[in-house]
Amino acid sequence: MNNFWFGIFPYIALSIFVVGHIWRYRHDKFGWGTHTSQLLEHRWLGLGSPLLHLGVLLVVLGHGLGLLIPASWTEAIGLSESAYHVLAVASGTVAGLLLAAGLVILVLRRVVFRARLRLVTSRSDYVLFPLLVLAVGFGLGATLAWNVFGAGFDYRETMSVWFRSVFVGAPQIELMAAVPWAYQVHAISGFLVFAVWPFTRLVHVWSIPLEYFVRPFVVYRRKRLPATVSSHE
Amino acid sequence: MKILAQVAMVMNLDKCIGCNTCSVTCKQTWTNRDGIEYAWFNNVESKPGIGFPKAWEDQSQWRGGWKLDAHGRLTLVAGSKLGRFLGLPAPRHLPGLEDYGEPTTYDWDTLLSAPAGTDMPVARPLDALSGQPRPITWGVNWEDSLAGSPQFANLDPNLRAISQQVSEAIDQTFLFHLPRICNHCLNPACVASCPSGAMFKRQADGIVLVDQNACRGWRLCVKGCPYKKTYINHRSGKAEKCTFCFPRIEEGLPTVCAETCSGRMRYIGLVLYDLDRVEAAASIRDPKQLLAAQRLVFADPNDPEVVANALANGVAEDWLEAARRSPVWALINRFQVALPLHPEFRTLPMVWYIPPLSPVLDATAAFGGDNTEADDVARTVAQLRIPMEYLAQLFTGGDVSAVAGVLMKLSAMRTHMRNVTVKHEVDEPLLAAVKTTAADLEALYRLLAIAKPADRFVIPLAHNEDARRLAGWQSGCALDQAGGPGMSHRPTMAVSS
Repeated sequence: MNNFWFGIFPYIALSIFVVGHIWRYRHDKFGWGTHTSQLLEHRWLGLGSPLLHLGVLLVVLGHGLGLLIPASWTEAIGLSESAYHVLAVASGTVAGLLLAAGLVILVLRRVVFRARLRLVTSRSDYVLFPLLVLAVGFGLGATLAWNVFGAGFDYRETMSVWFRSVFVGAPQIELMAAVPWAYQVHAISGFLVFAVWPFTRLVHVWSIPLEYFVRPFVVYRRKRLPATVSSHE
Repeated sequence: MKILAQVAMVMNLDKCIGCNTCSVTCKQTWTNRDGIEYAWFNNVESKPGIGFPKAWEDQSQWRGGWKLDAHGRLTLVAGSKLGRFLGLPAPRHLPGLEDYGEPTTYDWDTLLSAPAGTDMPVARPLDALSGQPRPITWGVNWEDSLAGSPQFANLDPNLRAISQQVSEAIDQTFLFHLPRICNHCLNPACVASCPSGAMFKRQADGIVLVDQNACRGWRLCVKGCPYKKTYINHRSGKAEKCTFCFPRIEEGLPTVCAETCSGRMRYIGLVLYDLDRVEAAASIRDPKQLLAAQRLVFADPNDPEVVANALANGVAEDWLEAARRSPVWALINRFQVALPLHPEFRTLPMVWYIPPLSPVLDATAAFGGDNTEADDVARTVAQLRIPMEYLAQLFTGGDVSAVAGVLMKLSAMRTHMRNVTVKHEVDEPLLAAVKTTAADLEALYRLLAIAKPADRFVIPLAHNEDARRLAGWQSGCALDQAGGPGMSHRPTMAVSS
């Protein structure tokens, strides 16, 4: 079991993530976007969506710090383990609560206003929303249970090391075997989100319009012939 | 100087009877699909009234268009780039379906399945999206021809701007119709708002389009457009808008709305404009000066310097000839009777309007004057049924004298034609009063009154020769490539990029 979920499954998920994105971009440019439903319901969205996006931003930032930066580095700059722990758990809990609140509002919105919103709730949404609830729920729940109210669990010596080991091609499965079950579920559901990512509305993450800051206001296009003519477009 | 061509439109409001044939034919052509069923790329509003979507002209509510910042630079009313970027998860100030009109169908089945009885079965209105019963309380043309004017008329943003109330008595108020499409602006706020760069202005003819493959559904174009003429398709989650019927325009055909206009009140033709003057013209501080500045953005197709520059920018000879014959250029710049809709939005709209005149003549007669006498017309211009201040809010950024000038010229045209045809004489003081010539007024008369299709629509063919050649080539078998399994040894086409 552990061999599959923590040794093989991450590679399956990441492969689908990469290949899926290439496929989606090549074959479904028209479907690539936010799939906004603001026109059909804007009051709950106006509350839930900013919460979710702010929460996601902070959570992703926190995961980046916690998973990618080894504990020895933060200690080297003079941040003690206990200080880091307090800082990370506190800010992570706040960020997680923002994200969870936004997610709950948006999921409830789909239920409460289902008479209309079911028209724009795609099959991919029916997969994505439960997976996000799973990943966020277990991430926040595990943090609260083990690190806020519990005895504490040092994921930086176990999960983080395993996570980095996946990307160098030598997953240290044994590290994950000893991790509390809720953290295990969180890790698996996280990779599941990566696996479905390219087939859902999450692709709009890659379209964050940063180029808007540098481009001129008004865009002109001229009709021009493609340099190389593809015979199947 | 950088001269480009723009396909533009003029609508003669005197001739609009508000029949909405344009709206219906446009809808059947472009917006009868799920998701965009609520949108009207073309709609006809009744003025005074709040329009579609509700009170679209009120930018304190919707934040559309451009304004000048403290340094006099153009900036979007919707806010800074950073502010709008941070608001992307749920942009504020966007109209909801309730502002446009909820898509509605009817319980038709009741009509067929009702048991025999003494009462007529009634098909109740249903929400087209959810299928649930829902009364209809608002929609496009809900206030058609002053319907519900006691409730709606005084909410008209243009009336509020001039602090006027219109009488609730229907026989004392005024009415005219205002058909609206996308204005395909020279300084389009929707294009400037689009975070993805999916919206663009075509260099060849100035038509503003949305690249459906590049649109990500950020919906800031809807907020940016002060005319509220971009719409989100709620099924695809992408923006859609009036295309100026570009597939027809490219073939030299008028837009569907113009072709089917029963009043023949629409004119389509080219204008040449100087791209380098656009920003300055949109940045004039005084709203009352914007009309004059926008007229100066247009370039005279008879000017050799303009012609040489246009040719250098790829405007073809036949397009320059079309620009010289353009009824739009004539109405805007030669006769100066057409005015832009809300120039104070600073987008430089490319659909202009000839303001309605009829009530002037009615008023003249009502005040005991002779509406064939220029002096009486001039005297009663200030006592119009449609307040000139109102027209000035719509068309000149508040400059009443500009509106008066146009109305005077239009009434002088009528008076002159009556003089010529009935009295066989020319009233020189009349011509002098409106600073024009008999030949000009007669040409204007022919353009406005006779208005044959060939005069109303001067649309050059698009230069798509290469695209057509390629399209023919591309329709071949996908396997027919050099070395491919279906290789057919056809001669290689020269492809220039």
